[in-house]
Amino acid sequence: MSTTGKAYIAGAWEHPTRKAVDKTLIQLHAENVKGALNDAGLTLQDVDGFFCASDAPGLGPLSITEYLGIHPTYVDNTDTGGSSYVLAVGHVAQAIAEGKCSVAVVTLAGKPRTGKPNKGEGAFYDDPNCPDVPYELPFGHVIPNLYGMCAARHMHEFGTTSEQLAWIKVAASHHAQHNPNAMLPQVVTVEDVLNSPMISDPLHKLDCCVISDGGGALVVVSPEVAKSLNRPLVKVLGSGEAVKHLNGGKTDLTYSGAVRSGPMAFGQAGVTPADIKYVSIYDSFTITVLMTLEDLGFCEKGQGGRFVQDGNLISGQGKLPFNTDGGGLCSNHPGNRGGMTKVIEAVRQLRGEAHPAVQVPDCDLALAHGTGGYLGSRHGSATLILERE
Amino acid sequence: MKDGDTTRPARDAAPQWQTEEGALMIAECRDCGEPHYYPRVLCPFCGSENVAFKACSGRGRIYAVSVFRRADPPYALAYVELEEGPRMMTNIVDCDLDAIAIDDAVTVVFADRDGIPTPMFTPAAP
Repeated sequence: MSTTGKAYIAGAWEHPTRKAVDKTLIQLHAENVKGALNDAGLTLQDVDGFFCASDAPGLGPLSITEYLGIHPTYVDNTDTGGSSYVLAVGHVAQAIAEGKCSVAVVTLAGKPRTGKPNKGEGAFYDDPNCPDVPYELPFGHVIPNLYGMCAARHMHEFGTTSEQLAWIKVAASHHAQHNPNAMLPQVVTVEDVLNSPMISDPLHKLDCCVISDGGGALVVVSPEVAKSLNRPLVKVLGSGEAVKHLNGGKTDLTYSGAVRSGPMAFGQAGVTPADIKYVSIYDSFTITVLMTLEDLGFCEKGQGGRFVQDGNLISGQGKLPFNTDGGGLCSNHPGNRGGMTKVIEAVRQLRGEAHPAVQVPDCDLALAHGTGGYLGSRHGSATLILERE
Repeated sequence: MKDGDTTRPARDAAPQWQTEEGALMIAECRDCGEPHYYPRVLCPFCGSENVAFKACSGRGRIYAVSVFRRADPPYALAYVELEEGPRMMTNIVDCDLDAIAIDDAVTVVFADRDGIPTPMFTPAAP
């Protein structure tokens, strides 16, 4: 059963906060869900599908649906880290196609700056029940050095340079200057990135994303509901998902799970990378973007450095505008989970509601990609292709 | 424990890295013949439970490395490719951290971590 054209994103809302001192985690979730429903022109009473991940407080969807006062006929709390919310849209499409629900919300909230670390933010990091933990924890694996090893290997195999990686931050900063909610709205140069402190070789401070509170939500609906609403029609054209891990020691850090999730999504959508007008690419670090663009087929493997340099990702300047909200690198990485904001900015672009300075002209086909977990060990990849009808 | 000891990796949460003779050991499948890392109750390539520890040479090459500069003191996280094939997460120690490079030859040294002899690697003597 194909799910192409069976689901539309009718609501998309990003919480404006980046530091939620006076808000609880559940309050952020509630504000996100309400925000997305308002955006769609729907209410809590319309919701019959509920999708969350490990950032939801309590056991899966139980406490949060009670708090919201909703009674969904379909729930899912699949967790693949920050990619969960990209992956969830594909799962919603399947549920809608099977007739299990017709108005689904997908929600993310997090408070890594002001709250107690929750299970969505890596509280499993030293869990001895996790089989990899005893074999990794003694060596001090933290997030930047896991990504640093990927960057180091990419440089070794393909000659990628720190200057090329820096161009990704430069492009994100060009976009962030137009986003009033961005944490880092200043435009930076390649030199600024290279002169920022080294965090974990070869990644500098400005190769890393921000840490922020907040989140967002999506409303994904059936075609019948979508056509009854007074919003632009954003159709889910294709989706793909994959898990990539260390594979029993046959470890290869030069590619991500996007090599599998990408072809699945493109195949289902019946389009190619050359057709895509705008991309939201998960940007925990600059290297995440570079490897993902290669793996999705926007350039040859190993040519990502050349592809991103000289402003090729800057809207209005380069060939492939990316992360026009400033992305996780400059704007927002709520709850250490950037997949939700990737989908939201893709929806803005397809509706023509991005900031005028970064809006891609006639943006009718967009891609959003999430990379959750750790690029240098195990991660979930999710690719979504969306079309404005 | 001798080379080729058939003791099965049974408890996933208790790392065992060293033979009684002090060699590095990893696991291999006695059905498909593939070594793997980390050890576990089944072979991740064929699913067989006929897995056993085997002693390794303790030699390898750095596959990937990153010095975490935010730590005090900084340290090197790496994947080392063992002569036997598998790549394992480890640290590169007892050396100039600024001189470490991918493809460098390294040999195992064991450090005590919470009472467990834990394999780390140091540049091999030229």
